[in-house]
Amino acid sequence: MIKFNQVYKRYPGGHEALKNLSFDIAEGEMVYLTGHSGAGKSTLLKLIAAIERPTSGSVLVKGQNIRSIKPAAIPQLRRNLGLIFQDHKLLFDRSAFDNVMLPLQICGFDPRESAKRVRAALDKVGLLEREKANPIALSGGEQQRLCIARAIVNRPTMLLADEPTGNLDSEYANEIMNIFKSFHQVGVTLLVSTHDENILRQFPARALHLNKGELQA
Amino acid sequence: MKTLLEHLRVLRHTLQRLLLTPNATLLNILIIGIALSLPVGGYVLLKSVQLLGAQISGTPQISVFLATGTSDGDIERIGDKLKQHAAIQRIEFVPRALALKKLQQSSGLSDVIGGLSQNPLPDAFIIYPKDDSVAALEALRDELNAWQHFEHVQLDSAWIHKLEALLNFGRTAVAILAALLSFALIAITFNTIRLQILTRREEIEVSKLIGATDAFIRRPFLYFGLTQGLLGGIAAWLLVAASLQLLNYQVGALAQLYASNFSLQHLSAGDSLTLLGFSAYLGWLGAWFSVSQHLWQIEPR
Ligand SMILES: Nc1ncnc2c1ncn2[C@@H]1O[C@H](COP(=O)(O)OP(=O)(O)O)[C@@H](O)[C@H]1O
Ligand SMILES: [Mg+2]
Repeated sequence: MIKFNQVYKRYPGGHEALKNLSFDIAEGEMVYLTGHSGAGKSTLLKLIAAIERPTSGSVLVKGQNIRSIKPAAIPQLRRNLGLIFQDHKLLFDRSAFDNVMLPLQICGFDPRESAKRVRAALDKVGLLEREKANPIALSGGEQQRLCIARAIVNRPTMLLADEPTGNLDSEYANEIMNIFKSFHQVGVTLLVSTHDENILRQFPARALHLNKGELQA
Repeated sequence: MKTLLEHLRVLRHTLQRLLLTPNATLLNILIIGIALSLPVGGYVLLKSVQLLGAQISGTPQISVFLATGTSDGDIERIGDKLKQHAAIQRIEFVPRALALKKLQQSSGLSDVIGGLSQNPLPDAFIIYPKDDSVAALEALRDELNAWQHFEHVQLDSAWIHKLEALLNFGRTAVAILAALLSFALIAITFNTIRLQILTRREEIEVSKLIGATDAFIRRPFLYFGLTQGLLGGIAAWLLVAASLQLLNYQVGALAQLYASNFSLQHLSAGDSLTLLGFSAYLGWLGAWFSVSQHLWQIEPR
């Protein structure tokens, strides 16, 4: 599903965010990405979604090499991924419902069919009652769940979540992790970055540990 | 089907956005409408004047006045020679007595003319040429000038050619005006779309992150430019129509004094469609330039 081979990422300005990364993630696997702040977790996830490109080495996502991917092929790649961002990236000029609707509009879904799917996704994260609310009126945990609803409405086979429980207290964090667990159980590949020890203990899975951009055994 | 639905959705969205800021929208449409109505109005006026010229002038002709004392025999020979001339379609002979009578009837100068002791008018031929282009007419006039017994050869429709030259000048002026104001329209749309892209930066960024193609992101802006241009075109059409209505009211009173039924022609259906199509296209073009200029600068990070 995902294959990194001797990947380096150097940002303009010379900072080397990732150094010599090699690892595989199999289809249907759930993997944690851990490490201190600034270790390179977000950078790694951005490489998979072709938001950034590797400086050297190869990043294969479903067989496609991100290093040489054509700009025109990027939209299709991203539609097959569910992205959950550290800063949510919700749009505050529209309702929760319309935020979740956006990926379907982008794919050109039939509007009536879309509405059903949006409600199903909102139901899954427990926000069906809040569909008319503006995201700004939602709590931190609710915003994170809305972001998840938007990521799954397309029914992607892989979810990438960047510190989804970052600023949440443990009760909300467990809620989110339970949602992820349920996706893992139906065969979705998951890559979740976190530095929350409680979560690692309560929802055990394989972890990739980054330290200053390097993978630690 | 899927794409049609998508286009309809974007169109509905565009109209909603236009209605969201009614004042700005109305102002933009009005500016575009006024800018377009100037060359369109000029075009309409030129067309009416051209029509009027054609109405008044009829077919161009050459009048030939014979020297006094030309004998009847000479007149007959000249007449035959003219009839056989390759460039002449037909001729009409106006004897001096007839000319005097006509003048008396038509000009209201009968008292003055009646007082004349002798007829001052010459015999004349009116010549209708086959080819009524300026070059052919002038060549024929120059040729006839050299004939014996011809006192004066006059090109009666010379003024229509002067009018034509004047109209050509007017057309060029209107074309330049149209070109300049088209640029203005493109610039207005360019700027409107630039501001929209800035205010929707986040939405564009997020859309790119979740797999929107460039076409998908471009589409609403192009639709906006197109719709705004089209509405501006409609505004221009209405402005021109209203102005013509007002002017025709005045022209009607004026024409009555000259016993003419002249009135300013309104835009034909074809011209109207051209105007709307062109203004929509310019709006689209302005949006396209703006989008190509600004969209690539927004890359998700
Ligand atoms: N766009 C960027 N330009 C330059 N340096 C960056 C950029 N993004 C991240 N970095 C640097 O790369 C390193 C890794 O950052 P990041 O991947 O965000 O780490 P993490 O998500 O683990 O906190 C940090 O030192 C950060 O300052
Ligand atoms: Mg990060």
